Amino acid sequence: MDNKLTLFDKVWDTHVVKKIEGGPDVLFIDRHLVHEVTSPVAFKGLKNRNVGVLFPEKTFATADHNTPTINQHLPVNDPLSANQLKALEINTKEHQIPYWGLGHKKNGIVHIIGPENGITLPGATIVCGDSHTSTHGAFGAIAFGIGTSEVEMVLSAQCVMQMKPKKMKISINGTLEKGVSPKDVALYIISQLTTSGATGYFVEYAGEVFEKMTMEGRMTVCNMSIEMGARGGMIAPDEKTFTFLKDKEFSPKNKNWDKALKFWKTLYTDKNAVFDKEFTFDGNTIEPMITYGTNPGMGMGISQFIPKINKQSFKKSLTYMDYKEGDLMLGKKIDYAFLGSCTNGRIEDFEDFAKIVKGNKKAKNVTAWLVPGSHIVAKTLKENGITDIIEKAGFEIREPGCSACLAMNDDKVPAGKYAISTSNRNFEGRQGPGARTLLASPIMVAAAAISGKITDPRKFIK
Amino acid sequence: MGYEPFNILKSGGVPLPIENVDTDQIIPARFLKATERKGFGDNLFRDWRYHQDGTEIKNFVLNDKKYKGQILVGGKNFGSGSSREHAAWAIYDYGFRCVISSFFADIFRNNCLNIGVLPVKVSEGYLNDLFEEIYKNPQTIITVDLSSQIVKVEDKNLESSFEINAYKKNNLINGFDDIDYLLDMKQEIKDFAKNRPF
Repeated sequence: MDNKLTLFDKVWDTHVVKKIEGGPDVLFIDRHLVHEVTSPVAFKGLKNRNVGVLFPEKTFATADHNTPTINQHLPVNDPLSANQLKALEINTKEHQIPYWGLGHKKNGIVHIIGPENGITLPGATIVCGDSHTSTHGAFGAIAFGIGTSEVEMVLSAQCVMQMKPKKMKISINGTLEKGVSPKDVALYIISQLTTSGATGYFVEYAGEVFEKMTMEGRMTVCNMSIEMGARGGMIAPDEKTFTFLKDKEFSPKNKNWDKALKFWKTLYTDKNAVFDKEFTFDGNTIEPMITYGTNPGMGMGISQFIPKINKQSFKKSLTYMDYKEGDLMLGKKIDYAFLGSCTNGRIEDFEDFAKIVKGNKKAKNVTAWLVPGSHIVAKTLKENGITDIIEKAGFEIREPGCSACLAMNDDKVPAGKYAISTSNRNFEGRQGPGARTLLASPIMVAAAAISGKITDPRKFIK
Repeated sequence: MGYEPFNILKSGGVPLPIENVDTDQIIPARFLKATERKGFGDNLFRDWRYHQDGTEIKNFVLNDKKYKGQILVGGKNFGSGSSREHAAWAIYDYGFRCVISSFFADIFRNNCLNIGVLPVKVSEGYLNDLFEEIYKNPQTIITVDLSSQIVKVEDKNLESSFEINAYKKNNLINGFDDIDYLLDMKQEIKDFAKNRPF
């Protein structure tokens, strides 16, 4: 009767190679995703120790953080970026790691290409030197970001050493109102828990709202888990998960699929299993969300006013944004609009954007960057007519990459300018030195991009 | 890359009483383009430390000669955001060996422990007292004793214990790293892998 396990326990416990007394667990990693920014020093470490990659076939590499989003067929202008991309190419070749570099038809943002190629699987442990690895938890995987020392550990020994996090359950019941998207759900949760509310925990999302959500929506929510401090977030796999993965390139096939499916159906939290902490919210009360400050916890419903909080950090944040306590965000001017990133760079995000801009025109005062998460996303958008709708409204779709989410490439928002963005972080300077970021859903970004100011997207929903 | 073993550190503290200091502030993304772990200290807190024209922002604490030392004392929820280990490298490369705060983000904390920077978590009350003490006397010497897990300001009755797991503590004291540990387990890991379904 005892021994009721959570989904998280079931996956974690079956990956522990060894428990160290008074120390961390040695955790086996099924899938390691690698990109150009957090890997070169790890590869150098292997060289210094004179060791190789233990399981190159469990490792997948892509170029995304540093890549330009126009003219990808030309050499990369920035010599430092070019050098980092070259280093990854050399390192992956030397260690026989599959590499989907710039121009490759499967290239894209690491957390987009994992799921779309079936690399991400339920019950797996997945790591990457990137905090938004939590995205893959949408499939019932344990997925989390690691540092470069740990990248070296996984390359050389396919394990990380981690203390088992505590368990948190976040339940949202009810039905989301029209115009309220998974991104709003994520921003709402973070606004309630703050950016450190889930630190030390691994989250399971449960309840009607997540059950009804599409796989892409679930990825958006799990992606943002790190923004409340959680190591990761996960959702129990269901028929939607299995349908999504069926026939993907790296998904199990034939007999192996049947075997996998049988196993995946055991991945749920047992009735009466105990969490260290639980939160329950009512989905019916969530509004379209927008952030007004310099961390993702500083968000509110679009009809709300910026709160008054007497704290130095809060005041510093509003000074940076040049906003005042008591301000309404509605009607505030924006200069840039960004649709993309591992949070909202998938097909449905562009479909949502297209629904709003269809028959409208981009506002003249707005510079818009629309960056699909991968070549597969870009190709699909073209094939299903979404690109055409978006272009007719005066927007241009760029080539895939992380782009203005962290502005390592040329897609930088100038100092002092306001960018409404579907990405995940509104930290000071995140989208360029001095840039001011407002986080929102794809439809809120679309509404702002056509009206030139913050607008309630619900008024554009037909 | 090895690091200096950590035992007892006696040093001045550099106060940064801002909450939610994220790793994008510690080292902005545009400085992550190196392929070697070199020179990150120059860009530590780059946009809080320098104007865009490269001149110093006078009132930022790293530009205030009054405050010196190997201990960075930061506000609550230090190191949130991106997993970039470059943030911990920048802190180490600048010369810090210890960060004291009332709360650390998980990945940042792990990264620090992996490269030889000791994150010391204290209560909010203790942290405030420590800030106050440093502001009163910028020459305040803080003692961080890893083996007894104590942080204190001598003669000031300002002492607190801190937590660290026994395995990591042993690593830091001896300058060991996890990779050596794992490489010793290679056969065990390979055997484990045989039983994984995918």
